Amino acid sequence: MTFFLFLEQTLNAFQLGVMLFLMAAGLTLVFGIMNMINLAHGSFYMIGAYVAAYVGHLTGSFFIAVAVALPVAAIVGMAVETIALRKLYNRDHLDQVLATFGLILFFNELTSIIWGPQAIFVPIPPLFAGSVEIIPGVPYPVYRLVIIAAGLAVAVLLRLLIVKTRTGMLIRAGASNREMVSALGVDIDRLYTVVFGLGALLAGLAGALAGPILATEIGMGENILILTFVVIIVGGIGSIRGALIGALLVGLVDTYGRAFLPTLLRALFEDPSVADGVGASVSSMSIYILMAVVLVIRPRGLFQAYG
Amino acid sequence: MKKMIFSTVAALTLMSAPAMAAEPVKIGMITTLSGGGSSLGIDIRDGFQLAVDMRGGMLGDRKVELIIADDARKVGNAKQIADRMLKRDKVDIMTGIVWSNLALAVVPDVTKAGKFYLSPNAGPSKLAGKGCHMNYFNVAWQNDNLHEAAGQYVNDKSHKNVYIMAPNYPAGKDALAGFKRYYKGKIAGEVYTKLGQVDYAAELANLRAAKPDAVFFFLPGGMGINFVKQYAQAGLNKSTPLYGPAFSFDEGILKAVGDTALGVFNTSQWNKDIKNAANIDFVSNFHKTYGRFPSLYASQGFDTALLLDSAIRAVDGDMSKTDLFRDALRAAKFQSVRGPFRFGPNHHPIQDIYVREVYKDGDNITNKIVGKVFSSHGDAYAADCKM
Repeated sequence: MTFFLFLEQTLNAFQLGVMLFLMAAGLTLVFGIMNMINLAHGSFYMIGAYVAAYVGHLTGSFFIAVAVALPVAAIVGMAVETIALRKLYNRDHLDQVLATFGLILFFNELTSIIWGPQAIFVPIPPLFAGSVEIIPGVPYPVYRLVIIAAGLAVAVLLRLLIVKTRTGMLIRAGASNREMVSALGVDIDRLYTVVFGLGALLAGLAGALAGPILATEIGMGENILILTFVVIIVGGIGSIRGALIGALLVGLVDTYGRAFLPTLLRALFEDPSVADGVGASVSSMSIYILMAVVLVIRPRGLFQAYG
Repeated sequence: MKKMIFSTVAALTLMSAPAMAAEPVKIGMITTLSGGGSSLGIDIRDGFQLAVDMRGGMLGDRKVELIIADDARKVGNAKQIADRMLKRDKVDIMTGIVWSNLALAVVPDVTKAGKFYLSPNAGPSKLAGKGCHMNYFNVAWQNDNLHEAAGQYVNDKSHKNVYIMAPNYPAGKDALAGFKRYYKGKIAGEVYTKLGQVDYAAELANLRAAKPDAVFFFLPGGMGINFVKQYAQAGLNKSTPLYGPAFSFDEGILKAVGDTALGVFNTSQWNKDIKNAANIDFVSNFHKTYGRFPSLYASQGFDTALLLDSAIRAVDGDMSKTDLFRDALRAAKFQSVRGPFRFGPNHHPIQDIYVREVYKDGDNITNKIVGKVFSSHGDAYAADCKM
């Protein structure tokens, strides 16, 4: 293992991390502020990916595709919040899980009706095709660097939104004490809808960005949703900062686990096929081990919500 | 009251008498119709359904009732549905499962209940060897077969240092075992990935660092789409040729990976350009009915129905003659769309395996056969099977 390979894997870890951050930021706000478990968050990711793929196919422009996918995901998110989820805020978590699981089935089926059951192809935008050698001897795909940049930009914007604006202040207040915020006369329903829309928009952005590198297919949201829940539990529910740190941490542990564990284990075991088998199993457990360790040391996650 | 009971009984008797005579053969199909990997199940279902429809809703001149249920690729679902189909629906035959881990959970339940299971896809080694059963038939292949052919072909192309990859589940292990059975060179790296993994950046970085002269991978469904795209995006397709079984390059996947798969070699027991009357008929009917070209999964679903058609006809539609029905299945007297086909002693296929190349046919990216790797190829586990 060379140092350059290590650097390359670190870049990969960052790219996975910012992807997870885009998903986790919305989920953690909805969970933290509304105390709502939303399994359908992955569906907004899928909607973002499909709308971007569709528009990209029609217009041939990646930027228009993303620009259309974001508001569509946000509008669908806000509509779902207003029509279906608002009634569930005061129910217990099991009811929310059931209802939002139903939404997953609904959106998967709807996507299959609109776009068909086959996965669809999304090319890399020509502007970002090809690779650059930012690490000597390792051509790294430009598009993955773009994802990292986009994710970090979103992190900065979110930080500004939360710290500097009135909406951000209300979000922070809502995350630390919901009852007090509504007692002070803030239209909490509207705040919830806005937060939900923002979360859906970020998930849609993650989906739209993922299209060119991943398969745009039915059920793509469920795969990333589990990791996203790990991220917000590690980071601390309701905390954007926690979501960012948690996402990068999960990205690092998952990527390093997959990249280096099998090699390390090969040194320990005599039979390489045993080492490979154990390595594969342990590396797929690694993020859950991380979550368990964090929960033991800090039961409420690394960062607590504002307050 | 008494009169009412009497009339109810009478009505039931009247209703059931003619119903008995015309009662259709019940076939339970559990397959993956939603979520990741649903395109495989949908193709199997459509292939099977096409064969039934082409015979006016009949197989072997008997009306069939096809009960279809979606397992969403979950073992728990599949077991529950199987239980329901066996106990409540009282099906005669079951089929449809795509994934080996699901098949391993369900098939023993079916054979234990004294019913027949015809696999249109999954062929785990366990069910071909020690765990074989006289009522279990595989119409597709034993899991290792296409990978064995890939191993042989990579050998023939004189690659000496090959990197191999598969998901960490029974069929993944079978795949790499099958590949290594015929590949004689050095292994540059052997990697098992998480089932359902979407991003392969970490694996691709390691792969590049290992500097293999070819890569063999088995990642069915969405995993393969992700991998092939990312492989090309990392620029590896220009330096290191990619080999795989047909599963990684079926019609569904090729649509989703676009140009990135062009020139890749993959092994298959079937392709739509095989020239025999049954296949030409199948491909054109499939395309007419569903508006898309069939995949190998569709061909396997279609063949499963054809096999049933021949066996039901052999017993004149009397499903109570289980021994004769089994003999008829074993005889496999039907024209498979893949050409020559017969069963080995463990009820797994003995068939030819081809190598195909991905190419551009007009606007359509598809496969063409470029050679034959094995003739009348059986599987490595038949000797362990005691029936």
